[in-house]
Amino acid sequence: MQLIKPDINVDFVKWRNKAFLLSGTIILAGLIVLFVRGGLRMGVDFAGGMLIQVKFDKPTDSSHIRQALGSIVSHDAFIQQIGAKNDHQYLIRTNTIHEELKSLSGVIENALTKAYGPGQKVLRVEMVGPKVGRDLRQKALQAIFFAFLFIALYISMRFEPKASAGLAMLLAMGILIYLLTELNINAIILIGGALAVTLALCWFLRLPYALGALLSLVHDILITVGIFALFNKEFTLEVFAALLTLSGYSLNDTIIVYDRIRENRNKDKRVPFSEMINGAINQTLSRTVLTSMTVFFVILMLFLFGGTVIHDFCFAMLIGVITGSYSSVFVASPILVAYEELRNKRPAVPASRRGEAGSLGAKNGGAGRSKLQEAKTLRRIDSASSQKEISGQESDEKPAAKPKRQKSPSSRPAGARKPGA
Amino acid sequence: MKSIAVRALIVVAILIGGIFCLLPTFVSSPLPGLSTILPGKIHLGLDLQGGMHLVLEVETNKAVENTVANIAEEIKDALRTKKIGFSQVDRTDKVNIEAVLPNSSQVSGFDEAIRNGFPMLTQISQQNTPQGTRVVLAMSAPEIAKLRTRAVQQAIETIRNRIDQFGVREPDVRLAGKDRIMIELPGVKDPQQAISLIGKTAVLEFKLVDQDVTEQQKESHNLPPGVKLYPMRSAGGTAPASMIALYDKTVLTGQYITDAKVGIGGRNSFGEMVVDLSFDKQGAKIFGRITSNNVGHELAIVLDGVVYSAPRINGPIMDGNAEITGSFSDQEANVLAIALRTGRLPAPVKILEQSTVGPSLGHDSIRDGVLASAIGGLGIVIFMIVYYSLSGVIADLALVLNLILILAVMAGVGATLTLPGIAGIALTIGIAVDANVLIYERIREELRLGKTPRAAVDTGYERATITIMDANVTSAIAALVLYEFGSGPVKGFAVTLFFGLAANMFTAIFVTRVIFDYLLTERRIKELSI
Repeated sequence: MQLIKPDINVDFVKWRNKAFLLSGTIILAGLIVLFVRGGLRMGVDFAGGMLIQVKFDKPTDSSHIRQALGSIVSHDAFIQQIGAKNDHQYLIRTNTIHEELKSLSGVIENALTKAYGPGQKVLRVEMVGPKVGRDLRQKALQAIFFAFLFIALYISMRFEPKASAGLAMLLAMGILIYLLTELNINAIILIGGALAVTLALCWFLRLPYALGALLSLVHDILITVGIFALFNKEFTLEVFAALLTLSGYSLNDTIIVYDRIRENRNKDKRVPFSEMINGAINQTLSRTVLTSMTVFFVILMLFLFGGTVIHDFCFAMLIGVITGSYSSVFVASPILVAYEELRNKRPAVPASRRGEAGSLGAKNGGAGRSKLQEAKTLRRIDSASSQKEISGQESDEKPAAKPKRQKSPSSRPAGARKPGA
Repeated sequence: MKSIAVRALIVVAILIGGIFCLLPTFVSSPLPGLSTILPGKIHLGLDLQGGMHLVLEVETNKAVENTVANIAEEIKDALRTKKIGFSQVDRTDKVNIEAVLPNSSQVSGFDEAIRNGFPMLTQISQQNTPQGTRVVLAMSAPEIAKLRTRAVQQAIETIRNRIDQFGVREPDVRLAGKDRIMIELPGVKDPQQAISLIGKTAVLEFKLVDQDVTEQQKESHNLPPGVKLYPMRSAGGTAPASMIALYDKTVLTGQYITDAKVGIGGRNSFGEMVVDLSFDKQGAKIFGRITSNNVGHELAIVLDGVVYSAPRINGPIMDGNAEITGSFSDQEANVLAIALRTGRLPAPVKILEQSTVGPSLGHDSIRDGVLASAIGGLGIVIFMIVYYSLSGVIADLALVLNLILILAVMAGVGATLTLPGIAGIALTIGIAVDANVLIYERIREELRLGKTPRAAVDTGYERATITIMDANVTSAIAALVLYEFGSGPVKGFAVTLFFGLAANMFTAIFVTRVIFDYLLTERRIKELSI
C-alpha cells in the first residue's frame, strides 16, 4: 500500500514566499494577542493559586458552587463544567492561596457537605503558592534555554562537519550558560539573546542547516504558543512539557529532509540548488507524512479518550506535530534556498521559472534553463535521478545487488558515504 | 557482521531479562525468597493512585531567632556564675544580642566570658551610654548558614519519623531547594491528620500558673512582670479561646521526653483520651523537684504556645510520668503522641504547595490513559500491517518488545509511572514505528531502483540508522532537560519518553534487522513483503 506515489514532484520551494508569509502571519497574530492579553493565561502551577476538581452527585451550577465555597475561593473564581453533562464534574480555579497547615481537600469537602449534603467528591486539589509559581516560571525558562542550546549544538555538529564551527558554538554556549548561572540575568532576555547569538553564529560561520533547523524549531514553538494565546487556553506545566517535547520531536521531519539533501548535494552538480532541495523534499515526503501521521494518531486518541488531566498536553502536541511537519517542508528546507540566495546575491531559482516563482531577478537565465531542462530529462529517464548513483555505489560494495539500470560505477570509498533515509 | 545466531541470542537474552525485571510488578511475590534477588517494581505516581503532595517551607529565620534567644539566656547564666553584673542581655533583632553592663570595669571580664564560652558570636559595637557599657554581639554569617541547613535537615528527619509512625506506604520526604521539603504520601487516607502531624511544631513546655491574676487584669493586660497570657485549648476548637496567665519562665521542656503514648486517663481525667509522657532520668528529676516545690499550685502544659491543661499539683511526682489531657479524639491523641515522641520541629513550617488527588480520579486516569494508549497502539499496529504487510508484522513485534523493555527498565530502576508517563509510552509507540517507516520507505525506494531484497534491506538499514539516531537524540535531549526541570507527573513523562527512545534504537533497528536477515539468509526468501 502506498499513500504517496514515489514519483511525486510538487514544487514546494516555489511556494516558499507564500509559506513564509503564512507562518509570519500566524506567528505575528499570536504575538499580538500575547501582547494585548499581557501574556499567556498561566495555569495554577505557574501563576500560583488553586485548582479544584469536584464531582457532585446532583446537578448544580457555578453560582451555587461559588456560594458554597465562598470562604475558600475568591469571588472571581473561574468555574467550569467538564466531562459529560450528567457527570456533574466541575473545575474551579482561583488565585486564593492557603498556606496554613490544613488539608484543603478536607476543608473543601466540609464546605460542600454543608451546602450540598454528603456525597460530593473532591477529586483533585492543587494549591501552589506564589513563590513556588515564580520559581517554576524561572525554571521553565531556563529549561527552554538549555534544551535550545543543546539541540542547537547537536544540530550544528551533526550537519556541519566543520570542527571550528562546532567549537565556536560550544564556546558561545558555554559563555551563555555561564551568564545564566552566574550573573542571574532575566531568563527571557537570555533566551532571546541565546537565540540571536546562535542564529548570528550560524550565519557568520556559514551553517545553513543549523540555521534552518533552529529557525523551524523556533517557528514551531512560536506557533504552538501563539495558538494557545489565540484560544486563550491555560498554559500549564503539562503544556510546557509538551513544548519541550516538541522542541525535540518537531525536528525529526526536518532532520529526515536534511539528511536527504546532504546525500543529494554532492551527487549531481548540474541540478540547480533549489531543484535539488525540492527533489529531497519530494523524495522524503512519504516519510514526513507517515511518521507525523502515526504520532498524530496516537496523540489524537489520547486527546479524545485520555481524560481531562492530559487534555491540554495533547492539544499542544497535536498543534506541534502538524506545524513540525509543515515547517520541515515549507520552512526548514526553503530557508536553505533563501540562505543561498542571500549569501550569493543571486537567485537560486533559475530565471526560466521566474514567472512561477514570482519576484526573483534574472541574471543567468539561459544557463538556468538549460540546466533545468537537463535535470528534468535525467529525472524522466531514471524516475529518481538522485537515487540512481547511490544504487551504483551500493552495488559496488555488495556484489549481491544487481541493479538493472546501472549508470556509472562510482569509485567513492565506503567510508565516505553520507547517510540519509 | 555478526552471525544471525549471535544477534538472535542477544535479543532473546534481553527479552528474558526484561520479563525478569517485570516479574515483581505484575506477579505478587511468587516465592518469599525470590523477592530479594528480583529488582524493584514500577511505582504508580500520585496522580494515578491518589494521595497527597506537599511542599513545605521551613521558616529557618525562626530557628535562627530561637537559637539566638537561647544563647542570650545562656549568656545570662554564664554572667551570673561569673558574678558579672548586667542590666540587660537580650536578642534585639534576628541575629544580634545586646548586653548592657552598668559596671564598666567588668567589660573585660564580659569580653573574656563571650570569647571562651560563645565562639559563634562576634562583637560588632561597644559604646558607653548613661546606663552603662552597651555591647552588641552578632552571630557570624557562616554560623547562621549552618544553623539554617541544620534546621532543614532536622525538620526532614523529624517529619520522616512522624510519617513512618503514622503508617503511609512508600512515603517520600526529601529536600527540594534550600529550605523546602517535598513530601509525597501515596494513598494517604486522612490528609487532614497527616498535615496536622507533619506541621505540628510540637514545642512542649511546662509553665507555672499565676493564680493571683484576676479577670480584670487579664482584660486590661495589666500583668505583673514575668507573667504572660496564653490561650487555653478549647475542645472542638469552636469556642473562643479563654486566656490564662502563666509565668513566662519555662520550668521543663519536651526535650527530656523518652516516650509518648495514647492512653486512657487516670489521674485527673477518667475514661478520657490522654497522652502519657515518660521523662528520662534528668527530666524526671526536674519534674520531681518542680512538683515537690509547688504543691497546691497549677502547672500548665503548653504545646506550641497553647495551654492544653493546667492541673493542680496534688503532691510530688517522682516517677517521671505525666499526662496531657484535652478532650482529644482518638486520632488527635495519636497525632499528638507521635509528634511528641518524634521530637519538636526546629522551626515552624509553611505550606507552599499542596495537591491532593482522590483515589477515584486516579483510577479513572489509569483507565482512560490505558484505554486511549491501547486504541492508539492498536491503530498503529493495524496500520503497519496494512501498509507494509509482513514487514509491518515485524515492526509490530519490535513494538511489543519496545513496550516490554520500557516497562522493564522502569521496573529495574524503580521509576514512577504517572499519567503523563502513560502518554509518554503512547507517544513512544508512535515514534517507534517512525523508525521502521524510515527504514521501510528507504527499502521500497531501493527496491524500485531494481535492487535485490538483500541489497535493498542492507542499504535501507544503513541509510536510515543515522537519520533515526539524529531524530531520537534531539528528542532525548528534550526528555533529559524535562527530567531535570520537571516534578512529579511531568518527570514521569520524561522518564518514559527517554527510555522509550533508547529502547527504540534497539528494537526498531537491531531487532527487526535480525528478523530480516534471518528471512533473507536462512529462509532464502526471494521477495520482500513490504
